[in-house]
Amino acid sequence: MTKPSFDPTSAPVLEVKDLVIGLTGDDKSSPVLNGISISIRAGETVCLVGESGSGKSVTSLAAMGLLPRQALEPRSGEILFEGEDLLKADAGRMRALRTKSMAMIFQEPMTALNPVLTVGQQICEVLQEHTKLAASDQKKTVLEMMREVHLPDVERIFGSYPHQLSGGQRQRIMIAMALILKPKLLIADEPTTALDVTTQKQILKLIDEMQEKQGTAVLFITHDMGVVAEIADTVYVMNRGNVVENGPIDAILTEPLRDYTRKLLSSVPSLVPRAPRPHGSSEVVLSITELEKVYGKKGWFGKFEAGTKAATDVSFTLKKGRTLGIVGESGSGKSTVARCVMRLIDPTSGSIRIGGQEIADFSRRAIQPHRQHIQMVFQDPYRSLNPRITVGDSIIEGPMNYGVPKAEAMKRARELLSIVGLPDDAIKRYPHQFSGGQRQRIAIARAVAMNPKVLVADEAVSALDVSVQAQVLDLLADMQEKFGIAILFITHDLRVAAQICDDVIVMQKGRVVEYATGHAVLTNPTHTYTRQLIDAAPGRHWDFANFRPLETNAA
Amino acid sequence: MAQSSLLGAAMRLPMFRSKGRHKKSLFIPGLALLVLALTVIFAIAAPWLATHDPMAMTPSARLKPANDAYLLGSDAYGRDLYSRVLYGARISLFIGLGATVISVGIGLAIGLVSGFFRVLDAIVMRIMDALMAIPSLLLAIAVVSLTGASVWTVMFAITVPEIPRVVRLVRSVVLTAREEPYVEAAIAAGSSLPKILWRHLMPNTLAPLIVQGTYVCASAILTEAILSFLGAGVSTETPTWGNIMAEGRAYFQIAPQLIFWPGLALSLCILSINLLGDTARDLLDPRMKKREAAK
Repeated sequence: MTKPSFDPTSAPVLEVKDLVIGLTGDDKSSPVLNGISISIRAGETVCLVGESGSGKSVTSLAAMGLLPRQALEPRSGEILFEGEDLLKADAGRMRALRTKSMAMIFQEPMTALNPVLTVGQQICEVLQEHTKLAASDQKKTVLEMMREVHLPDVERIFGSYPHQLSGGQRQRIMIAMALILKPKLLIADEPTTALDVTTQKQILKLIDEMQEKQGTAVLFITHDMGVVAEIADTVYVMNRGNVVENGPIDAILTEPLRDYTRKLLSSVPSLVPRAPRPHGSSEVVLSITELEKVYGKKGWFGKFEAGTKAATDVSFTLKKGRTLGIVGESGSGKSTVARCVMRLIDPTSGSIRIGGQEIADFSRRAIQPHRQHIQMVFQDPYRSLNPRITVGDSIIEGPMNYGVPKAEAMKRARELLSIVGLPDDAIKRYPHQFSGGQRQRIAIARAVAMNPKVLVADEAVSALDVSVQAQVLDLLADMQEKFGIAILFITHDLRVAAQICDDVIVMQKGRVVEYATGHAVLTNPTHTYTRQLIDAAPGRHWDFANFRPLETNAA
Repeated sequence: MAQSSLLGAAMRLPMFRSKGRHKKSLFIPGLALLVLALTVIFAIAAPWLATHDPMAMTPSARLKPANDAYLLGSDAYGRDLYSRVLYGARISLFIGLGATVISVGIGLAIGLVSGFFRVLDAIVMRIMDALMAIPSLLLAIAVVSLTGASVWTVMFAITVPEIPRVVRLVRSVVLTAREEPYVEAAIAAGSSLPKILWRHLMPNTLAPLIVQGTYVCASAILTEAILSFLGAGVSTETPTWGNIMAEGRAYFQIAPQLIFWPGLALSLCILSINLLGDTARDLLDPRMKKREAAK
């Protein structure tokens, strides 16, 4: 936790007063931002935290003068930047202020950078636009800045294109670009959400370090309470366009006044693993032996040219009614394993047994009868349901493929929908009429409708807000108990894994580095990589649900 | 194109401007629909609306200007121009519609399969590339000279070069749609391949196909007229807009109506189909829809 590095009596750099923002040309609709007030002082880190649709991004865009005017417009209130009302400033003035006095970094650095210019050129452009530095000095300044954000081999990276850099490096470039003119205010909109935890930790540290060096005021937007606990001085909790509660970080975390804040905090899964469950059935429903997937291309004459090894020597077993987590960062091969198990892609070698039946070398046609035993819940509930087909028809498609009569399948679909907590009329409606969490419930109902032995959940709760996430996890546990389904749970989030997995596999670069019970992996990791992962989990010293710091160190 | 600039000017008049700032006016598409509907009605009702047998020659009434007996005048053989233009609409619409249905049908089937199977894709697309290299006029002239002129040979000659365009369109849609998780979910649910193609992939192609279909239709009608005009189309005594114009060409200076009326019918028909296609594209474009919804 950061010590208060700012002077609470100084005049605020940015002050938002009673800001109301609504849909353009539609005064009757309820506002998107409903009179919010925020103030940030030099050196202070203010976190705007809230779930999707709470208006946190709109706030930051308004401050930067980047509101999409054809859709959103300010109705009243003011945004004061060092006393100057930004809502009254014209486009030219805003352009001068941006990057020079205030800068912004975004969630996805790949789309924020221009793919056809080298990153060096792009940072130089900022200098050309706002300073009168000579070309040779520009490069020197840029290189120095790149060194300051701890980029390695700066000469080479200066001439690289964005796609040649890693996500973390790109975000460092964005930070260098944002801070090169030493702005007074930095707005960071979910800057680490697309990054792996270990990279996230480095970026958070970097922002903190730069802030200390330049005395920047930072407005940090995030949905992640862990990140908030790591970096915030002051927290504003937002919900549906209102600031629900604000105050110093310690006060918010230990004594939240509002129910909404309490709910938000208590939904954060704890890093402390849940108590191990008693061993149940000993029936093995899924066993993987020495699974390997090599991405390559068929050369001339069918010769196989080996390419990337996405998964090597992966072995595990899953028993009836148990949950096995596969944890790892992006590129670790965890999704590859899931897709091989589902036979959505063909494994290069190894064995996949579902309840004793070997399916790894079956052809597409031969696998058909066995597909019903293993079902999947996908990450993105907005894309995993066909938007043109009603919920009911989506659910009965699978059972009908295996000869269940339509009326019977529909009856079962209705039962399942009520089990997952959706209204009766849901069956005739289309996916777009549901929220993300509801859609994920439908996806779960669809998977369970097949009476599978194994349910593969590939980042099934990653796209959901934290309170919805908790409900969907509960639902999965419920379904497991009711139907005895074994779950293969793929996730990057150690907190989620800690709460639902009996056993955990940690993967790195396509290899299994650790495979033990969830309790053992999280409390007593043997591999250095696992330790790094746990160490990088944001807010790991904090027990959010109980509003107090963790007494014992998790590692 | 005089029509379009006239319509454009009319559009700018305040009375035709719709009130909503973002809403597109439906005035032009409405007009286009009206023109097309009239063309269809004229074509269907030609036997009742015609004042003369379109083939009947009256040597005594050659190249007459418009009068009570011959509403639009008569041609060099004393045939009634009005009746011939009416009957000409039948051939044009039949070929336009026929070429569209056949090329979209065949193209959809090939495109779906080729978009889904990578191995097949490489072969099929090279064949399509080869087909696209054939100029439809040359193909038509070749086919007609080999088999003789008939509506069917003309339709064949127009349809073949259109198929690859439809295939490419369908394939590109399938290539992106098959990566959607809901398609993978269908695979995981054990759905058969035809079912996946038909239920989950085909509906994605409908919107672009409707738009493409209107352009195919317009271009087919135009190609038919050109072929008739060149004498490589439907036999010369059959009344088609192209044939009428081809015969009228020789008398252009003394009887300009022989070119003017079929030409007007042809351009109005094609213009209205194209305008409807543009409207369909705008209405079916998901980005436009999103903009509407965001308001």
